[in-house]
Amino acid sequence: MATDVKSKKDVEEKKEPGWKDLPIGGLIEKPGTSEAYKTGDWRTQRPVWDSEKCINCLICWIYCPDSAVIVEDGKVKGIDLDHCKGCGICAQECPPKCKAYTMVNESEFRGK
Amino acid sequence: MANLKELSKKGKTLASGHRACAGCTFPIILRQVLAAADTPLVCGSATGCMEVTTTIFPYTSWKTPFIHSAFENAAATISGVEAAYSSLTRQGKYDKEVKFITFGGDGGTYDIGLQSLSGAMERGHNMLYVCYNNEAYMNTGIQRSSATPKGAETTTTPIGKARQGKQQYKKDLTAIMVAHNIPYVAQAAPSHWNDLITKVQKALAVDGPAFINVLMPCRLGWSFQPQYGMQMARDAVNSCYWPLYEVENGVYKINSKPKEKLPIAEFLKKQTKFRHMFKPGNEDKLADLQAEVDRRWEALLKREAMG
Repeated sequence: MATDVKSKKDVEEKKEPGWKDLPIGGLIEKPGTSEAYKTGDWRTQRPVWDSEKCINCLICWIYCPDSAVIVEDGKVKGIDLDHCKGCGICAQECPPKCKAYTMVNESEFRGK
Repeated sequence: MANLKELSKKGKTLASGHRACAGCTFPIILRQVLAAADTPLVCGSATGCMEVTTTIFPYTSWKTPFIHSAFENAAATISGVEAAYSSLTRQGKYDKEVKFITFGGDGGTYDIGLQSLSGAMERGHNMLYVCYNNEAYMNTGIQRSSATPKGAETTTTPIGKARQGKQQYKKDLTAIMVAHNIPYVAQAAPSHWNDLITKVQKALAVDGPAFINVLMPCRLGWSFQPQYGMQMARDAVNSCYWPLYEVENGVYKINSKPKEKLPIAEFLKKQTKFRHMFKPGNEDKLADLQAEVDRRWEALLKREAMG
């Protein structure tokens, strides 16, 4: 919801921090801030994970370049679609006997 | 021996949201290396894909203190940090155990950073240097490096009438590091995650410098579909193009001996940078590369037999 702009000050207060507000030396003071950057929109193919077929070998987890396989208590819980770039390594490396991943074109999910 | 269920309890060692290509294999190497450590780490990195994609201000994918230095001084920088740490420890001003790892691409390790790496190893700092070796300057647009194999097409060794691809064999940096007589030197690949993690744990446990050379298939520079990164690394190991071995205090041990050696052509034909090798009239180039791979593998077997 847009707020009413009454004076110039209302706009100026919403400005991005200037260079004087930056930490000295361009330090990044918090760890792992890239979590806030979503790389999921790079994806052209989406890995669809089947919990029925999964044997929780965690091969997909160790090979995922984007730390996008969610694992809790040693079990796969799903895919972090905000960050998954859809490379398909998980589907490729999933053991042939279970094949818990299928790669589906992202266009199939459009509008859903 | 690493156990994936145990490792997964450490959570995300590298944050998501870094800007590496889809299917890039350096984040896989990085996640495995960081997961291997049980103590707090201080990491450094030379300029390269790893630094450029994980530390775009104001974002960082690192969860350890991280220092970026120039192409040529990644090893010197982290050796200075290690020296400061050991000084503080000696003075009794700091008592926690911290390990030091620095990363460099093949450009920053084989070529530009070789002098600082050699110096840091010779001075005997208690640190680990991990080279993620994608065999060319991929970050700047695929120029040849001294890690590029013979015959590979890069933008500085193009395919033409007079010359086709790089004319020289690749440098054996792992052997150069062995010649420094440091406690631990190894070659690894991310496809063999258990081997890589075990090697990192060994390297961090030794008192003194350690070096691990990790093959990193580059989906852009080697030109393959993004899902095949681990398959490429596996083929490199199975064809003995990239032998997995370690040298502990001068004693060689080969960690993976393929029962049936994959012909080098099987590994090369999946990469567009070698497509000219399969054209009629270039059979001798392929045979030449196979002979060089065989020669290096036989030499390695002999070194292992010598103990």
